[in-house]
Amino acid sequence: MRNFLAIYSKEMRSYFVSPVAYVIAGVFLFLSGYLFRNILMQFNYWCLQFSQRQQFAQAGMPNLNLNEMVVTQFFSVMDFIWLMVVPMLTMRLFAEEKKSGTIELLMTSPISTTQVLLGKFFAALSLYTAIVALTIVFCLILEVYGDPDWGPIWSAYLGYLLLGGTFIGVGILASSVTENQIVAVLLAFGALLLLWLIDWSASFAGPTAAKILSYLSIIQHLQDFQRGVIDTGDIVFYLSFIFFTLFLTTRVLESRRWRR
Amino acid sequence: MIEVRELSKQYGDVTAVDSLSFKAETGQIMGFLGPNGAGKTTTMRMLTCYLPPTSGTASIDGFDIGEDSLEVRRRIGYLPEQPPLYLDMTVEAYLGFVAKIKGVPSVHLRSSLDDTMQKTGVSHVARTVIGHLSKGYKQRVGLAQALVHNPSVLILDEPTVGLDPKQIIDIRETIKSLRGEHTIILSTHILPEVAMTCQKVVIINNGRIVGEGSPESLTAQLKEGEILRAQIAGPKEAVQALLVSVPGVLDVQHEDATAGGIYLVTTAPGQDVRDPLAKAVINNGYGLRELRSMDMSLEDIFLRLTNEERVEA
Repeated sequence: MRNFLAIYSKEMRSYFVSPVAYVIAGVFLFLSGYLFRNILMQFNYWCLQFSQRQQFAQAGMPNLNLNEMVVTQFFSVMDFIWLMVVPMLTMRLFAEEKKSGTIELLMTSPISTTQVLLGKFFAALSLYTAIVALTIVFCLILEVYGDPDWGPIWSAYLGYLLLGGTFIGVGILASSVTENQIVAVLLAFGALLLLWLIDWSASFAGPTAAKILSYLSIIQHLQDFQRGVIDTGDIVFYLSFIFFTLFLTTRVLESRRWRR
Repeated sequence: MIEVRELSKQYGDVTAVDSLSFKAETGQIMGFLGPNGAGKTTTMRMLTCYLPPTSGTASIDGFDIGEDSLEVRRRIGYLPEQPPLYLDMTVEAYLGFVAKIKGVPSVHLRSSLDDTMQKTGVSHVARTVIGHLSKGYKQRVGLAQALVHNPSVLILDEPTVGLDPKQIIDIRETIKSLRGEHTIILSTHILPEVAMTCQKVVIINNGRIVGEGSPESLTAQLKEGEILRAQIAGPKEAVQALLVSVPGVLDVQHEDATAGGIYLVTTAPGQDVRDPLAKAVINNGYGLRELRSMDMSLEDIFLRLTNEERVEA
């Protein structure tokens, strides 16, 4: 635990003494704020149009749901921004240690590879979670002017936590195979985009393959969370995905020990 | 104590280290000498459990590097050729981090940091960011990093490479001051360094040991007779004839390149001919200006050993 905390706090420190954390948080929050504003303006426009038409006014506007039209919309653009941002959060985690030779210090210290890996993983996850948590401000704005249903919002955030863990797992794996940070970013981005779009090819595959392909899509499983459904199947999917990527990373890091 | 038994490492078809066996006693400074690419770094990486050996093994204080890797890693301090520094940390924060992952108990953390920084002379830069330090200070911080948990064994890979002469002397003095408390292996390709700091030398070339012993015994072992350098005033032929006639002298050569009568006298092993030679010169009325034995330097031994190896191969 002590070793884990030593690595964890070193990584957190390193995020915050360099501009990395601030730039990532700044760019992400600006982009998501801009998108949120536009989604909200769009919703406003529809409300205005519908209320001016007599027939809708009498029927009571059943189709304009704040959660579905604003919150879910917003969340599904946010995950695409993260797809691009997370690789930049994770690229240096191992690539930099390899390049600067500090990996030799870590690997010749009496700590296990798992402790190093988990320290780094949770540091990246904490930063991610902190930035995601700031977007609650948008939901609070909705609460002030409207009446959103908070159940689906919380479940969406749970989904984001799991999705973030998955992204970071892939990012760390990419960072562990190279000492070049640009290579690490591109590998992570490519892998994530592929996993994102993998269910597209499901439409042209056989029935069994289609099922497998759409199950593998990292984004499919998020949709339930955004609708307010917490399915243990989805939780298991994300957790096992995270576990798998971290396991592969330990194998990569230790490969030097069994490579002949 | 470090004991290495038949340690080998192969990278694909290339044999980097070829069944190396040696021992370093507790409290000793052992020099690990060899040209670049001889397998020094690979050996050190195996001793620190960074790389697994292809065959053979080694033990540190009785713990096997393969089976008790964690215990071994607790007992070693390692300074790789490129010091493993986080350039964005201050010296103090960095050493604190290293101390934690090396398992220094929290209660001793403060005192071991202060001790180490004092020993390596970095106390006054404790709050400086490592990236802003000079190369010499970075090397000191690297050494401090290896010392912070007071390990019984120190493994230093080329600790003086790339430093200026003043810094080299400082680092050497620091290393020497650690003798006795720690067993130290120090790799280098700089020969005087070994002669100055080490009690034992292992010379390797192409992954194999080509010489082993104290710097003095290595010199003695390889001396095939002694060479005397004499400067004698007098006619060249007559002096040469006289010198050859002294018992124990095998060969005399006149050095033409320099002015004055300088002669290189090769003597039979184990015979000191200096006194009879001086007497003979004086009795014949020539002027004896200089007479000294030429020590074979480690440099000569090193070159001879590594060259012999090449010829065999």
